Amino acid sequence: MPPPITVVGPLAWLRQNLFSGWGNGLTTVLVGAALVWLLLQIGQWAVTEARWSVITNNLRLFLIGQFPADQAWRVWLNLAIISVLGGLSAGVYGQSTRALAITLAACQLILAALILASPLGIVPALALAFNAALVLVAFVVGLRGLVPRRPIAIGWLLSLPISFLLLSGMAGTPLPSISTNAWGGLLLTVLIATVGILLSFPLGVLLALGRRSQLPAVRILSTGYIELIRGVPLVTILFMADIILPLFLPGEWRLDRVARAMGGVTLFSAAYVAENVRGGLQAIPTGQIEASQALGLSTTQMNIHVVLPQALRSVIPANVGLFISLLKDTTLVTIIGLAELLGIGRAVLAQPESFGAYLEVYVFVAGVFFVLCYAMSQASYRLERALGVGTR
Amino acid sequence: MTDEAAQAGANEIIVARDVHKWFGQLHVLRGINLTVKAGEVVVIFGASGSGKSTFIRTINRLEEHQRGEIIVDGIELTNDIRNIAAIRSEIGMVFQSFNLFPHLTALQNITLAPMRVRSHSRAEANTAGMKLLERVGIPEQADKYPAQLSGGQQQRVAIARALAMNPKIMLFDEPTSALDPEMISEVLDVMQSLARDTGMTMICVTHEMGFARAVADRMVFFDEGLIVEEGPPQQIFEAPTQARTRQFLSQILH
Repeated sequence: MPPPITVVGPLAWLRQNLFSGWGNGLTTVLVGAALVWLLLQIGQWAVTEARWSVITNNLRLFLIGQFPADQAWRVWLNLAIISVLGGLSAGVYGQSTRALAITLAACQLILAALILASPLGIVPALALAFNAALVLVAFVVGLRGLVPRRPIAIGWLLSLPISFLLLSGMAGTPLPSISTNAWGGLLLTVLIATVGILLSFPLGVLLALGRRSQLPAVRILSTGYIELIRGVPLVTILFMADIILPLFLPGEWRLDRVARAMGGVTLFSAAYVAENVRGGLQAIPTGQIEASQALGLSTTQMNIHVVLPQALRSVIPANVGLFISLLKDTTLVTIIGLAELLGIGRAVLAQPESFGAYLEVYVFVAGVFFVLCYAMSQASYRLERALGVGTR
Repeated sequence: MTDEAAQAGANEIIVARDVHKWFGQLHVLRGINLTVKAGEVVVIFGASGSGKSTFIRTINRLEEHQRGEIIVDGIELTNDIRNIAAIRSEIGMVFQSFNLFPHLTALQNITLAPMRVRSHSRAEANTAGMKLLERVGIPEQADKYPAQLSGGQQQRVAIARALAMNPKIMLFDEPTSALDPEMISEVLDVMQSLARDTGMTMICVTHEMGFARAVADRMVFFDEGLIVEEGPPQQIFEAPTQARTRQFLSQILH
């Protein structure tokens, strides 16, 4: 006997779900009309009334803040390095890193399109489009197996210090020094978020392991740190990092303001990562630990090869959620005088020529955040699927 | 110690003397004395809660004994972490619930410990791992993940994983009780050939009496934390001396 037919055409679907009775039909029509009216209103505003020139004329500010225009190539070059690494990884490591490469290419293409519409000129747009192409080329190169794994891993490790050197430069070299006070806009937002995510993750994992340690000193310190940080708002921690930290450090130790913000965000986020990871660690059955012990694995080997791979995989959704909110929380660094994306938005609004363009600026800033967060969330779904092979 | 006694001692690979263990107030092992010779196959049976699983778990320190002594291959089990590591490297263990690593393939499950603990190269470990998978009869499943294998296949991978460390002793903690009935024999066959072909020292906690009759050199009956009776299978099955042994056997053999 054949199975009953469950697939229906679009018309039947409409009938079943939207017009199954007089009442439902009426609701569908009314709600539909309201939605169309709303979209038309927004569309009309976006196309005819909105002064998008406020965005395009200030695009450089939005993207890199006060970073000197003639040095902007350093940002694009930096992105090129990351693009090559991302592409290579996607080719060599496969599914799990492919999402990163797609995100890199897509975001740079969007930026290139934005730049084309602005007075910034065609060169940066071409540079970014070139970077997007680099991702693809590196992906193919990686897929062919032309590059071994180790140099890529080393490349990623070095990419963070190299980025800093490239962006901040050094006096007396072909790369003139640029004060971090000049860093701003999307560049600063992405930098703080990236450093925060990359550093708080390992720190959080260590704290989670520390909280379950057999050694009382380690356990108490980890637990104390986690509880202390979680009991304090991020704003307070940023103020502490900005104002109180320098009081404790010797006078000649002038920690950079951006570095202090990054430190604050990292230390804050690590406590939350630790609690997420602890949840994952608790879900590991004792049988896994007994099997590792019976095989003679040391505690460290067991954690690295058996416990953490399973625990971290299960907390990907929670951690990505955390990192998305970290990205959005970087807007709080405005409070200590840093001009990240939202801060730049308010600076732009203060210009006389953009008077009253609140909606345009905030819609743009919100849109940029949405794209970044959505990309992260998509990347995490793909990562989950790629790593989910064979578990359950 | 006379020469003769020393000779006998050298052949004794596991010696447990007056082993006691409490879980809180519960006295689960109440003075176990058991000596196992190299190459011997010992089957431990008894009602659930009789302490048989707890006892074999004390042999590789998954449980700590609180009184008495356990000597494995001349090394006494103490709190010294080096002693524990040395003893664990000589003992392989197979669990009731397999405890395979779900994020690793069958072959990776087998090669993990040789590569990390014994520092074997990946190629070396893979070759040895494939040989073991052939020995347990499932080389074609090497790249599958545990969740993609049947219970019987998973337990055979678990046996191969324990064998990969070249242990002198294998402990089996109810290896077939979590299996569907039709898969029990494939696991028992592997265990049987292990005992027959390699002369491995084995301690099995099991209620598979057919297996015990065919393979065991000695059977040990646990009841309420004590060894009530031990002897060769023939004697246990045909002429048990203790009333409790008789009663238990009559309950599980129909």
